[in-house]
Amino acid sequence: MADFELNVRQVEEAGVLDVEGYINAVGGDEIASACYKLIDEGVLHFVVNLEKCKIVNSMGVSCLIEVIEKVKELEGKVGFCCVTPTMAKTFKIMGLLQASTIFDTEAEALQG
Amino acid sequence: MEEKPKDVDLIIPMIPEMELTATKTAEAVGEFMKLDQDKIEEIKMALIEACINAFEHSKSEDRRVGISFDIGSEELTIQITDRGKGFDMGQARDKLQKRRESGESRRGWGLTIMQELMDDVKVESGEAGTCITMTKRR
Repeated sequence: MADFELNVRQVEEAGVLDVEGYINAVGGDEIASACYKLIDEGVLHFVVNLEKCKIVNSMGVSCLIEVIEKVKELEGKVGFCCVTPTMAKTFKIMGLLQASTIFDTEAEALQG
Repeated sequence: MEEKPKDVDLIIPMIPEMELTATKTAEAVGEFMKLDQDKIEEIKMALIEACINAFEHSKSEDRRVGISFDIGSEELTIQITDRGKGFDMGQARDKLQKRRESGESRRGWGLTIMQELMDDVKVESGEAGTCITMTKRR
């Protein structure tokens, strides 16, 4: 598998996911599982930090959309930060931004 | 004087994540052409989707994808070819439309992403396989 690392931390009431590497279906599933685990613990605000993630594919983005839909059902929110312009375009094409937001920095996303 | 050929050819096996090998070549070619980094990233993303489509849908027996980078003075043309069973574009569009109408919108984004990120995308498919030709202008 391509290098993929996921670090999960909690900042106040938010779950922050630091993603490193390629978000394909495998990486996307890993992110989704981590979010579902946090949801079970009562977390409803998520920040996905993509500073060290430079590439995604549509299957990985589909996994993120699933998470966003689940969080939306629970009236929570998902924000992304440090997103490359190409990733942002891809997110927009696939409709990911209909229920989530891109922020420049993690601090802004946490406030978001 | 005869112009020197400027193309780079690559064959990758249909193995998960081998699409990243293609993106590394795309990056090198883009840098050679001195393309903007954002354009290189768009090319890489489109290429990933083209490779994944071939891996998933071609049903090719040789399980290989050919990728050819044709370096022009004003544009980069990339051909992604498989020797699979091909598909009918009209039927594929109808299937996708029905999926979207039923609320299932998680799959089938590959071609849309390629079209949005590249300047031109052409798909030719038949019994001998599929060839996607994508162009990115400077």
